[in-house]
Amino acid sequence: MKAIRFGRAAAVLSIAALALTACGSDNPTGSPEAAGGDAAVSGTLSGAGASSQDAAMQAWIAGFSAANSGANVQYSPDGSGAGRDAFLAGGVQFAGSDAFLDEEEWEQAKQICGPEGAMNIPVYVSPIAVAFNLEGVKELNLDAETIAKVFRGEITKWNDEAIASQNEGVTLPDTAITVVHRADESGTTENFTEYLHAAAAKVWTDEADGAWPGGLGGENAQGTSGVVSTTSSTNGAITYADASAVGDLGTVKVKVGEEYVAYTPEAAAKAVDAATPVEGRSETDMSLQLNRDTTESGAYPIVLVSYHIYCSSYKDQGTANLVKAFGNYVISEEGQNTAQESAGSAPISDTLREEAKAAIDSIKVAS
Amino acid sequence: MSNTLTEGGAKGRAGDKVFSNLTLLAGCLILLVLFAVAVFLLVQALPAFTADPAKVTGGEGFWSYIWPILIGTLVAAGIALLIATPIGIGVALFISHFAPRRLAQSLGYVVDLLAAIPSVVYGAWGVAVLAPALVPVYEWLAANAGWIPIFAGPASQTGKTMLTAGIVLSVMILPIITSLSREIFLQTPKLHEEAALAMGATRWEMIRMAVFPFARAGVVSAVMLGLGRALGETMAVALVLSGGILTASLIQSGNQTIAAEIALNFPEAFGLRLAELIAAGLVLFVITLAVNMIARWIISRHKEFSGAN
Amino acid sequence: MPQLTTTTPPAPAPVKRSTLTKNQLPGWAMWAVLAGSLILGAALSSLIGFHIATWALFSALIYVAAGYFVTLSVEGARKAKDRFATNLVYAAFIVALLPLVSVIVTVLAKGIPGLTPHLLYYSMNGMTGTVDNETVANGTPVIGGVYHGIVGTLLITTWATIISVPIGLLTAVYLVEYSKGGTLARAITFFVDVMTGIPSIVAGLFAAAFFGLVFGPGTRTGFVAAVALSVLMIPVVVRSTEEMLKIVPNELREASYALGVRKWRTILKVVVPTAISGIASGVTLAIARVIGETAPLLVTAGFVNSINWNVFGGWMATLPTFIYRQLMNPTSPTNTDPSAQRAWAAALILIIFVMLLNLVARLIARIFAPKSGR
Repeated sequence: MKAIRFGRAAAVLSIAALALTACGSDNPTGSPEAAGGDAAVSGTLSGAGASSQDAAMQAWIAGFSAANSGANVQYSPDGSGAGRDAFLAGGVQFAGSDAFLDEEEWEQAKQICGPEGAMNIPVYVSPIAVAFNLEGVKELNLDAETIAKVFRGEITKWNDEAIASQNEGVTLPDTAITVVHRADESGTTENFTEYLHAAAAKVWTDEADGAWPGGLGGENAQGTSGVVSTTSSTNGAITYADASAVGDLGTVKVKVGEEYVAYTPEAAAKAVDAATPVEGRSETDMSLQLNRDTTESGAYPIVLVSYHIYCSSYKDQGTANLVKAFGNYVISEEGQNTAQESAGSAPISDTLREEAKAAIDSIKVAS
Repeated sequence: MSNTLTEGGAKGRAGDKVFSNLTLLAGCLILLVLFAVAVFLLVQALPAFTADPAKVTGGEGFWSYIWPILIGTLVAAGIALLIATPIGIGVALFISHFAPRRLAQSLGYVVDLLAAIPSVVYGAWGVAVLAPALVPVYEWLAANAGWIPIFAGPASQTGKTMLTAGIVLSVMILPIITSLSREIFLQTPKLHEEAALAMGATRWEMIRMAVFPFARAGVVSAVMLGLGRALGETMAVALVLSGGILTASLIQSGNQTIAAEIALNFPEAFGLRLAELIAAGLVLFVITLAVNMIARWIISRHKEFSGAN
Repeated sequence: MPQLTTTTPPAPAPVKRSTLTKNQLPGWAMWAVLAGSLILGAALSSLIGFHIATWALFSALIYVAAGYFVTLSVEGARKAKDRFATNLVYAAFIVALLPLVSVIVTVLAKGIPGLTPHLLYYSMNGMTGTVDNETVANGTPVIGGVYHGIVGTLLITTWATIISVPIGLLTAVYLVEYSKGGTLARAITFFVDVMTGIPSIVAGLFAAAFFGLVFGPGTRTGFVAAVALSVLMIPVVVRSTEEMLKIVPNELREASYALGVRKWRTILKVVVPTAISGIASGVTLAIARVIGETAPLLVTAGFVNSINWNVFGGWMATLPTFIYRQLMNPTSPTNTDPSAQRAWAAALILIIFVMLLNLVARLIARIFAPKSGR
């Protein structure tokens, strides 16, 4: 008797499961079927790498496949290091990375990509906000040295003289500062510590690194969403995170030259334009050395630049065409705007775009 | 039916041969896979052992990098086992010998189910629900039991501590221990139990005299499986623990486990760092080996019963 | 419960009670103790600032202690010990229930709002942060679903099960029935234990490296993931099956041999069916162990937003990777709520799957298990 009842329940459930698996739709947004587009590229392009540009990547993939029905792009956000490794092993056709290939990797890439090696194209620029949770305070002015001291735990109270002197008229509570940093190794941490080391070298003596200096205390959490939610739930907490994710936390205006600059897409793009190219690479390579201690007016120096790494030549025509089409879409005005809308990144400037376009157009088939 | 069963002669003998060889093959395949995994780990980890000590994370060589997180791993797993073993066995006993039959069945079902909740969910629960709830407890402990080093203050304000991680782990392995122990308890020969009761034993005496001796090896097995999961658990610990350098206090942020260290740093690792992390995985592997040797030794000392041999 | 009237010393001369219930606490006694402990617990708790948790804790401690001493004074030491153990077992059960219920309530509360037909029938293909931003701005229902993840999880888990259950089952049979405790058997048992300790990410890396060697670098398919999961599943299957086969009474085997049945038929028709309930439970547990794995899947199966039915070609999404991705890298970094909603709903679906699986396992056990008195 019992077995029968049991069996019936199981039957009903398995039929429901069958019905579920029988039909599903790949088109949740209800967008019209892709019309094919004029660029007749097809095939599958695989990429792997940084999770920072993942949200933008999803937007690019969606936009690109809408224009090219035969093309399929997949991206696995395993992390920059894993992405570069996979690229150098020939496992994926392009990598997304928060850091450009270093010298050793650069040489290694020649085995996969032919004598001219790979190219690093900056495609994703995102300001890193210094965000805090302090009741009644939405904005603070701080210079690099103060920020460094706060994150080192040398300034422990929000009403410390160093903070108060830069923010006249703001009532600062006597709350303890809780520093929240990333638990995982990340490009965000690397760019933030690089800024601190360059702009406040006396206070921040640690070299730039993707991992937070081990000796410093403070709370930590995994991922951008982790630090943001920990900060949101702890009064007096301060953290650094991708500007698009900080929500309604208070943010810091950073002192550049003589003025305090808030993070904006424009200010971030300006800082990238002020960067110098890395020496000793091929003509098409666009690796950038950011000037963190820049005094240029209106530039916001704490930015994360994420690259796409492509080969300068691919084995077959189809792949080369596909890479070219995708790369050009990503850096195009449309691509950059889509990324801004959905991921909150800063579009690259026109000068950068022209340079990148020339580089991508030079991609050819290995002879 | 009995005809097919007793069908003798060459065909039956061949069946015997084929079947026994099949089982042997399966066993050897497992050894082969494990061997391959070990070789893979060794090859990939080698650079970490041979590298210039100054280049390894921490700047003092691989071993001084690994031992704090090794201790963290053992502590986390230890806390988890300390909590989950007695409770798990208690729950298994409750389901097998105390609860009303009808209730027991659905309870067993629910417990099996809990083993299936993905560790990400346990982690998210630990951060969102458990950690904040434990903050007042930690503050109380720091104030009243702070003289014990493991409860030294100041207590963490987020509750993301080693003790919380241990508790989350114990919740995760509880279903494993309970589920297997329950099956073993249920298999205790009815005759033994009834004999004990007929002699006038109370229920507890019956359990001690009939159920426990029968189930000992199986329960140790269940606990070891739980330990395996506790040692290797990554996501939950990575989410719950606010890791850092080795600290004696369990109610401050700090400490780290090997598995979480791997998970947190693996995505951005390359070259030597990758080798370090895989070497850390190898160390975890060796610990499991050691723990299992100890468990085997315990079981072999109590080998008075066994069904098959 | 048998009464031990003969072993207790005769009481002086209470005439009114029957000899059978002599020295036995009346039924209401324990309830009275419970009520007393609750009151006392409340009093103690309010001494240090009343809180429901401390109240429950103190009451429980007092109840267990009082139960022991009350029984000790009336019914004797053996009964008192029994009462004490019983209370502890009940306490263990309640303590275990608390976090588990909390986990389930959390998943239900956060998962049910997102569990819509749309979520079940659609993939995330073409979804961008813009869509989520509009959803939040306009207050429209969240779109984008987990269909691709459901397909991936079902296929990959099925393949992992197909690989690991036969291997695990046969190995366990070898260990229990054929090995006679030889060196090889001891080695296998030992190394199976070791295998339970392989960190899941290592299993994933191993499978990725292995397939990379054989089929060229960067081979990521559902099948690679299934192999990685098998490495994690096999030890659990072997371990639990071995335990279950061991406790099949030898009498059954001997009876079968005595009837002239061949060993392999005895194993297949007598030994395994007797243990099938436990084996099914173990296999379910093994599947449950791997169905929620995230790390090894990311490095072996990749991640996509569209539906892929082919385990041998192309990347695949699964429910755990979907959950992880939605929580860690929300589709729209500015508005994470839709992503969180999808993630929790996906977690709920995953749990429902395992529930179904459990039902099926029990059904199988019920069909194949021999009739028994239990």
